[in-house]
Amino acid sequence: MNLFHRHRGLTPYLLLLPGVLWLSIFFVVPLAFLGYQSLQSGNFDIGYSFTWAWGNYWDALNNYRSEFLRSLEYAAIATALALVISYPVAYWIAFRGGRWKNLLLLFIVAPFFVTYLIRTLAWETILSDNGFVVNTLQSLHVLGPGGRLLATSTAVVAGITYNFLPFMALPLYVSLEQIDGRMLEAAEDLYASKLHAFLRVTLPLSLPGVVAGTLLTFIPAAGDFINAQLLGAPDNHMIGNVIQSKFLELTDYPAAAAMSFILMAGILVAVFVYARAVGTEQLTGTAV
Amino acid sequence: MSAVAVERRPARPSALSRTFAFIRRHLLTAYSILFFAYLLLPIAVVVVFSFNQPTGKFNYTWQGFTWDNWRYWDGVPGIRSSIVLSLEIALLASLVATALGTAIALALVRYNFRGRASTNILIFLPLSTPEIVLGASLLTLFLNLNVVFGFWTILIAHIMFCISFAVVTVKARLVGFDRHLEEAAMDLGANEWTTFQKVTLPLIAPAILAALLLCFAISIDDFVVTYFNSGSKVTFPLFVWGAARIGAPPQVNVIGTAIFVIALTAMLVNVLIQMRRSKGAT
Repeated sequence: MNLFHRHRGLTPYLLLLPGVLWLSIFFVVPLAFLGYQSLQSGNFDIGYSFTWAWGNYWDALNNYRSEFLRSLEYAAIATALALVISYPVAYWIAFRGGRWKNLLLLFIVAPFFVTYLIRTLAWETILSDNGFVVNTLQSLHVLGPGGRLLATSTAVVAGITYNFLPFMALPLYVSLEQIDGRMLEAAEDLYASKLHAFLRVTLPLSLPGVVAGTLLTFIPAAGDFINAQLLGAPDNHMIGNVIQSKFLELTDYPAAAAMSFILMAGILVAVFVYARAVGTEQLTGTAV
Repeated sequence: MSAVAVERRPARPSALSRTFAFIRRHLLTAYSILFFAYLLLPIAVVVVFSFNQPTGKFNYTWQGFTWDNWRYWDGVPGIRSSIVLSLEIALLASLVATALGTAIALALVRYNFRGRASTNILIFLPLSTPEIVLGASLLTLFLNLNVVFGFWTILIAHIMFCISFAVVTVKARLVGFDRHLEEAAMDLGANEWTTFQKVTLPLIAPAILAALLLCFAISIDDFVVTYFNSGSKVTFPLFVWGAARIGAPPQVNVIGTAIFVIALTAMLVNVLIQMRRSKGAT
């Protein structure tokens, strides 16, 4: 009996050991190395040495301020667009999908079955200078005769929005699907109009999905460089492009490491501010 | 004065809420159809342009129909070996990550132990870290330890970012799991290992399969982390990246279409099995 209990006490740790070890060595330790690297000085030829070079962070912020701000801006716009675009559809599937729900969800995630780079290249084709989108917009005089979509910030934001749309739509759907229909009936019994029932019952109850979807979209969007690379011009480059080229082309490791940390910190701050804003809004929503 | 107010309160909904009701009934459906058209448009472009016969090196405008890209799908140097590498990595990474992730999920759901909260955070963190930071930090580790980049560094990276997805998938199934079945087996004299083999494993098998498929899909699609840790090895997404700089050949669309069709079929089968199961259960 005693032996059995001791054995049970160890079991969870034995189960955890291999996976946790893997994540520690190849996720936690690398982050520590990244921090160590970010405080080094020197260059690739003479080698790097650890000198508590906090200046790397100031240089990164000063030299690439616009790329940092652009990353947060593009990610924020794309996240807001994704929310506005996918909320009605998530609502439609949750309340009107009936027996087709699973199939419709499959359609929502269908873009993920096409390799990320290939679907971005498809947007390059769609938005290309002789493509039908540009031609249509030109004939409607939305775009000038020489106007283009490729290599503009519009194309980059559109690409990011499209690529992370399922991350927004799925959590929205999950939270809307869980809403008990009797709550809405109760609201209508209490003389709430359909609009009021939506604003006072459905919308607040779907807020967890909004929060989850926003985070799942914003975080990868802020670190993305593929859309800016394939759909944008150099003046649309985001901080991901800079980090990528500093690491892999210019071998300026300390600067790139410092930027990676600033990106993480920026995302954390943005997420924190957002969580505070939504949190208070939710509080006032239930108080009223 | 008050009588007017009382009369006005019930009955006729305002113009605003009638508009909302109309939107809810008709516009929403129309909008959803438009939404799906938008969502599927790039996929259609990928499929259609896999049959294009481009005259220059850019596969941007429609020139004419041909089967050749499909017949000579590996007619571009490097494409075949990149697909083989991607498949090898995805297979190994999904197997290892699912095994490690299932064990973690079992420990998290089944046992109360010290360090549970911190384990949960450790699982959650990689999911909320931008891919570029995951890739960059692993690159710094390997650089500082003078590890040679190639097959093994790619595999290590893929297992790393797949584990959390496997844990989340299997955990979701374990949480809604009836423990009485296991207790019954134990009461009937089965020991822990036999119970796990004969009762637990078959019950969570669908979740394990789902985790395997998810990890496989994430691994085979990964570009960013692989780009940082591949050295001179080229996986299929890296091949596409290199090809895109000089104009991607239509064969890229062929492989993209093939992956799409295979993944879609697998998911459709999964959805159908689920529908039949839920029918049989009730």
